[in-house]
Amino acid sequence: MEREFFLLLSGVATISALLVVLARNPVHSALALVVCLVQIAALYVLLGAPFLAVIQIFVYVGAVMVLFLFVIMMLDVRKEAQTRYLRNAVWPGLIVLALLAAELVTLLIQSARLHAVLGPGQPITEQPSVEALSLLLFQDFLLPFEVASVILLVALVGAVVLARPDEAAAAGKVDKPHSGGRR
Amino acid sequence: MEYVLSLLPLAIKMVIVVGILLLLPLPLTWLERKIAAHIQQRPGPMRVGWHGLLQPLADAIKLLTKEDHIPTEADRMLFAVAPVVALVPPFLVFVAIPFGDPVQLFGTTVTLSLADLNVGLLFILAVSGIGVFGTILAGWASNSKYAVLGSLRSIAQMISYEIPMGFSVIGVVMLANSMQLTQIVAAQQGLWNIVLQPIGFFVFFVAGLAEAQRIPFDLPEAEGDLGAGYHTEYSGIRFSLFMLAEYLVLVALAFLNVLLFFGGWLGGPAFLPPFLWLFFKVGLFIWVFMWLRFTFPRYRYDQLMTIGWKVLLPLSLLNILVSGFLML
Repeated sequence: MEREFFLLLSGVATISALLVVLARNPVHSALALVVCLVQIAALYVLLGAPFLAVIQIFVYVGAVMVLFLFVIMMLDVRKEAQTRYLRNAVWPGLIVLALLAAELVTLLIQSARLHAVLGPGQPITEQPSVEALSLLLFQDFLLPFEVASVILLVALVGAVVLARPDEAAAAGKVDKPHSGGRR
Repeated sequence: MEYVLSLLPLAIKMVIVVGILLLLPLPLTWLERKIAAHIQQRPGPMRVGWHGLLQPLADAIKLLTKEDHIPTEADRMLFAVAPVVALVPPFLVFVAIPFGDPVQLFGTTVTLSLADLNVGLLFILAVSGIGVFGTILAGWASNSKYAVLGSLRSIAQMISYEIPMGFSVIGVVMLANSMQLTQIVAAQQGLWNIVLQPIGFFVFFVAGLAEAQRIPFDLPEAEGDLGAGYHTEYSGIRFSLFMLAEYLVLVALAFLNVLLFFGGWLGGPAFLPPFLWLFFKVGLFIWVFMWLRFTFPRYRYDQLMTIGWKVLLPLSLLNILVSGFLML
């Protein structure tokens, strides 16, 4: 049963991932990505990690993709998306693709040896609790956690700085909408 | 075979829950119109059936037989998919909602929930977060400026209010030491969370109103002054699916308010089965939501954003801080 579910989920995930790249319309691409992310969340459930699955839906589907779509709608990028970002990118793309394929095939062939090196994984005996996860995050791995949050904060501040209109350019224009005054 | 048989109770529960949820909007529309009428001192629907009780059926037939109009320039596939997408999250929410403690039935123990997830509350917040996709798709696929503007407006609203809503329940999780909804209810034995978490409740209630797009935050469907919202181009059955989704969100919200802050099925009189007591409280909340609708005016858009970001968000953060200090 688990195997059939895995095949179904990963199959849909692969097809939707292909659609992300192949769809002509950016909104369709974004939606295909949503489908792909939901499938991955379902795979997490299959692996016995409901917390990770819910977080995946919460963060990626519920927040990141909504913001993507919001921006796509705001800017109306239908025309823009048809033009290529990189010209003559076919050959580099194919090379990277070949490298990835080679890597995957090697891993598949060597999987028996990898299994011997890494040893069998520990089977989950009980439902992993949220409490155990939070203990890990806030006690054992507190420093990496804090560093990650500081990096995210820096990214946030950086985005705000980049998005701000140029001060000098703004000074020239007297009547700039939303530049001040009571809202 | 045994495996299939073991799924039977779940299948029965699913059919019951889905059936009730699909039919629930019918009495709710009647209730809403009646409450509106009596608040405005008029009788409301009276013609079809006793006191207009069959009016929702008449309305349903009208909606089903209306012309299903698709704008010429619309993205036909997404236009058709959007109402269904809008309908999925409210149903998903009910997967994790428990209706009572396990009961003995025909010699077996039956849990009164579809899935009592140990991350139940987080699951509910996550899937109600995807509710915004129906709005996005509907607005974008219609290819009409009113629909796009309306949908941008409601997306911004839903994103903004999701944050205080998520933060406001952290206090509850801290008190229960769990995100499992049955445990959260069990933790309220003796003292309901409303006493310990008044700020949390206030923020959750107001943010919930905004998430469900009810007055005073119903800008998505300000038909009089903003040309309606994301569903401007929808008619007939597709429009009614959006309405269905809206009512289900309302019911889900009432359930969450009761489960998180009003003790769920606990504390009822002895003669009432716990799940009926739960439904009674939920009904009370639905009534309050409808009462509010005909009492408050609609907020302006900038006021909406101010309330979300400058009032509710700091309040919910303060609530976490205060609860933390008090618990330590």
